Amino acid sequence: MSSTTTAIMPPSRGIIPLPGGTTARGLLIQAGLLAAVIALGWWFWSNAQANMARQGLQFGYGFLDRSAGIPIGESIIPYTPADTYRKALTVGLLNTLRIAIVGIALCTVLGILLGLARLSTNPLLRGLTGGYIEVIRNTPLVLQLVFWHAVILQLPSVRQALNPVPGFFLSQRGVKMPALIADPALYVLLGTLAAGALGWWLLLRRERARQVATGERRSTLAPGLGMLLGLPALGMLAGYVPTVEWPELAGFNFEGGLTLSPEFFALLIGLVVYTSAFIAEIVRAGIQSVHKGQWEAARALGLPPGRIMRLVILPQALRVIIPPLTSQYLNLTKNSSLAVVIGYPDLVSVANTSINQTGQAIEVISIFMAVYLAISLVTSALMNWYNSRVALKER
Amino acid sequence: MSATTLTPSAPVQAAPRGPSFAERATGFLKACFDGPLNTAITLGCLAVLWFAVPPFWAWAVTNATWNGNAQACREAGGACWAFVREKFWFSIFGLYPFEERWRPATMITILVAMVIASTIRRFWTKWLFLAWAIAAPVMWMLMQGGILGLPYVQTRQWGGLTITGVIAVFGLALGYPLAILLALGRRSELTLVRWFCTAIIECVRGVPLISLLFMAAIMLPLFMPQGVTIDRLVRVLVAYTLFTAAYMAEVVRGGLQAMPKGQYEAADSIGLSYWQKMRLIILPQALTITIPAQVNTFIGLFKDTTLVVVIGVFDFFTTLRAALGDPNWLGFPTEAYLFAAFVYFVLCFAMSRYSQNLEKTLRPESR
Repeated sequence: MSSTTTAIMPPSRGIIPLPGGTTARGLLIQAGLLAAVIALGWWFWSNAQANMARQGLQFGYGFLDRSAGIPIGESIIPYTPADTYRKALTVGLLNTLRIAIVGIALCTVLGILLGLARLSTNPLLRGLTGGYIEVIRNTPLVLQLVFWHAVILQLPSVRQALNPVPGFFLSQRGVKMPALIADPALYVLLGTLAAGALGWWLLLRRERARQVATGERRSTLAPGLGMLLGLPALGMLAGYVPTVEWPELAGFNFEGGLTLSPEFFALLIGLVVYTSAFIAEIVRAGIQSVHKGQWEAARALGLPPGRIMRLVILPQALRVIIPPLTSQYLNLTKNSSLAVVIGYPDLVSVANTSINQTGQAIEVISIFMAVYLAISLVTSALMNWYNSRVALKER
Repeated sequence: MSATTLTPSAPVQAAPRGPSFAERATGFLKACFDGPLNTAITLGCLAVLWFAVPPFWAWAVTNATWNGNAQACREAGGACWAFVREKFWFSIFGLYPFEERWRPATMITILVAMVIASTIRRFWTKWLFLAWAIAAPVMWMLMQGGILGLPYVQTRQWGGLTITGVIAVFGLALGYPLAILLALGRRSELTLVRWFCTAIIECVRGVPLISLLFMAAIMLPLFMPQGVTIDRLVRVLVAYTLFTAAYMAEVVRGGLQAMPKGQYEAADSIGLSYWQKMRLIILPQALTITIPAQVNTFIGLFKDTTLVVVIGVFDFFTTLRAALGDPNWLGFPTEAYLFAAFVYFVLCFAMSRYSQNLEKTLRPESR
């Protein structure tokens, strides 16, 4: 309705550069909405100030520099309860990011494997995977987290810790695994690995250009793998062997090595198992969305099965897979806030304690909402960028 | 799209007569042992089943205790289903006063009847919306009491499966109209309206539900004038309604975008106003084609009702967890969790099957 009016009177636009709704009625509605939002906001704000004044509080972020006194069980950066609220919330944020990044990596791998198993020609494997996925998808995550936490707490005590693989210990206190010590040798190892990967990538690019130019195809596997493994091997031969710290039982607890707390471990398993079941369905739907004719055409060209998958099916399936996969990654990150149910000190959990101690509810909630919004926006921006790279390029 | 392929073993309805049982069995075996890789996979699956099923069967059935007390359970060594039996009604009604339990029971009956009525396509008219609009306050009054001689029951005493149903149903009943408004607003020509609705939808979807629950529990009282207190369950409902509205709005928006442009233009050309166009032409179609997606979203929202545990509302799962603390029945968490998982699974699985079924029947070519 309003669009027809604006179409008749184009010169009226331009004075106020509003893209749409510049009719009298449209302006009236928008003015009404604006007034209502401002009035409601002002009412909330004045009530909040009166309520806070009555509790002897003042709005402001000054409390962030006060000492928090919150004991936090695990932290990547050095932290003591004497540190400030700013530091405590940072520790919470880092814990959230840690679980989100590890979780996303693991659930992608597990999800793809489950999705492929769901498409297997073997009916037994297909059926078992299907049943598993349905059970996981149709029960609440909170229930699964509590269940995994209970399972881990029922593991044997530290002294009888399960030892499935040498160096890995499973007990009530979580998981103990070997750790690499951060010394020059480790940096040399990482540097040579990166250099090897870069070399392989450059070689691959050159060979691809060559193939386009001459049609001749040569495998880069041997020289590439040589670079990837050879360079670190050279570094080690030169004496830069990284030190591995193995966990050892000393008294009533382990010493050395890397520790995953029971809470972190339960949260990780819960999130990965839950999210991977959803990813499996996305992968399955994506691969099935590729038309049968594409398989047949690729086979008719004489491509081997591996290359059919890599060059023909996956590029098309990824277009269908990426957008819902993004929302699953975001779901995992948001669901990591359920840590509070089993006591893992993530951002929401630390923030909740901070609110209880300071009473500065609006400030703390505004902080963590802003952080989650930022994480969501960054993740979707990254995935949208990747999506635009794999999207159909119409020439 | 996923409905047709989700269950390869489901009988194909289109075929007049499927293959006989013997043919299917031999086909199954052939597919299981077709080549060395498949045989290895089959044997691996069988090994997993062999190690998982018999011990579970022994625990859950052979050695299980169905009657008796905790002592009998511990002696039998298997699952203690007697515990679940003992706590069954508690998990349904929570701490609702014992002699008033007929009220939540009636409420659940009305709820189930309404839900079943809503699944029947013949009832998909505006009268269904009206019926819900009447049933929802009736259910609330029945639970709360204080009128018609019913004793008043604080929401603090509501619990169990009842409150799970209340949160899910009221969240949907209040959130759905809001979702439609938000979806329309996001596609509005009025810039400010569009910005406002987009901001609300994206902000709510960008943060975890439990942060919204915290916000409602802690910040909402702060925003109210002095002396105004909001019931805790109402606060939960505010957060949950917002959450439902934002997620449903995106589903509805998908339906609005899927409408061919011709539908909008046709409505404009016969001179309908904006609201007439939406109410009579666009929304009936957009809402119908998105019903499967709406059901799927609702399954997620239903599972998320368990999150109210973080602000101390005793929903079905939390009530069961509370029952674990009974000193007479210590040490049966697995049974309680399995029972809770079973109940949620049955409800969610039924909903997802229903949505897949709809997806098939709502597809344009089958109409």
